[in-house]
Amino acid sequence: MYSNFYIFKYSAIMVIIVAALLSTAAMLLKPAQDRNLEIEKMKSILTSANIEVTTENAIELYKKHITKEIVLNPEGKQIDLYENGKFIDGDKRAFDINLKKQLYRKKNNESFQLPLFVCKKGSETIFIIPLLGKGLWGPVWGNIALKNDFNLVEGVTFGHKAETPGLGAEIDTKDFQKQFIGKKIFNNSGEFTSIKIVKGGIDLLPQDLKIHGVDAISGGTITSNAVADMLNNNLSSYVPYFKKHK
Amino acid sequence: MSSNNITKEPLFSLKNRKLLSDPLGKNNPITIQVLGICSALAVTAKIKPAFVMALSVIAVLAISNVIISLLRNGIPPRIRIIVQLVVIATLVILVDQILKAYVFDVSKQLSVFVGLIITNCIIMGRLEAFAMNNKPWQAFLDGIGNAIGYGWILIVVAFFRELLGSGTIYGYKVIPEAFYDFGYKNNGLMILPPMALIVVGIIIWIQRSRNKELIEEN
Repeated sequence: MYSNFYIFKYSAIMVIIVAALLSTAAMLLKPAQDRNLEIEKMKSILTSANIEVTTENAIELYKKHITKEIVLNPEGKQIDLYENGKFIDGDKRAFDINLKKQLYRKKNNESFQLPLFVCKKGSETIFIIPLLGKGLWGPVWGNIALKNDFNLVEGVTFGHKAETPGLGAEIDTKDFQKQFIGKKIFNNSGEFTSIKIVKGGIDLLPQDLKIHGVDAISGGTITSNAVADMLNNNLSSYVPYFKKHK
Repeated sequence: MSSNNITKEPLFSLKNRKLLSDPLGKNNPITIQVLGICSALAVTAKIKPAFVMALSVIAVLAISNVIISLLRNGIPPRIRIIVQLVVIATLVILVDQILKAYVFDVSKQLSVFVGLIITNCIIMGRLEAFAMNNKPWQAFLDGIGNAIGYGWILIVVAFFRELLGSGTIYGYKVIPEAFYDFGYKNNGLMILPPMALIVVGIIIWIQRSRNKELIEEN
């Protein structure tokens, strides 16, 4: 009862309407979405340093607390410095660095850039390092804040694109993240250990390793491993800088 | 169905009310038709995601049912499944974009669910079985009814899995610390997907043993 011509016409019109609708929506909403992502990034950076922040005051608090944005080269040398809203050195903000691109360059043994944020909290100086890795279903990311000995963890935040709800997705909960506070990324002899995520709980570890480990998420082993890999992979690039400034 | 009555039907006639109430019990999409099992396994480890998923499915199913019902006389039968899929996918993407722009926090919670909605076979099942042959208002009620029928099973399953698996309800601790001191342990198996299937199985068992009509003959 419907001719082939009708079917072609119907589908062509349908596709054009839908395409127009979706691309208009995407274009109109893009600025608002980008703004949200930027605020989210600021929130995540501040939260890792245990600063209470809401969507409303994120921009203001970021300006107040993050006094320096530093870009490092793989040897741990500072190449750009953005301090209190002005460029002191170079012309690149750590905030604008695309971590994915830099990790890709690192994998291919090309030269890459490392972002580092310096946060003033009262009289304390805290160093914040952004993280990016591969989870089970999509990317995982986060920030880790270190005290100025570059060893003791002040706090962490993690986020994820599509980890399994109730299992791997638990990495973005406070309960998981607060385990990292007070852990150390270097051992007593000064070797970089990163932080291990231990299936079955850190009670299984010998006493001297407990300070470098946290409990994994039951049912979320692959995501837990992904977070551990992410920490190791991202933090290890900063070791030359840490050693120089300790 | 005789939807071409000359006398106008009241909005909440007995027939229309049944559209809303049947899917909650004796024609439940999960326990009777055994549809939407995949997402019932995936999102029921905790109550909160199950609840958010239920709300999202209510919205998408009701709206797409109405749209397909409005278009039903023009859709060429040979490409109807494609048309249905396009409607669902467009709606889901649109909702996702709007959430990302205006309520970012909600969108972060929904994360993967939004994508999962497109693959939920209950939605296409209702479009194909109901919205293609019925008027928009009936289709709307049918959508709401089926989505709630799906949602309440999800929340019941999540309730037991979260309580026994994590010792919490909606994220709040309910099992007192003293129990743990006496050696009580959260059951890690409850968090894993197979237990969702078993809990759904138990619900099906209870439902059929209480209502003999539902038991198949063979």
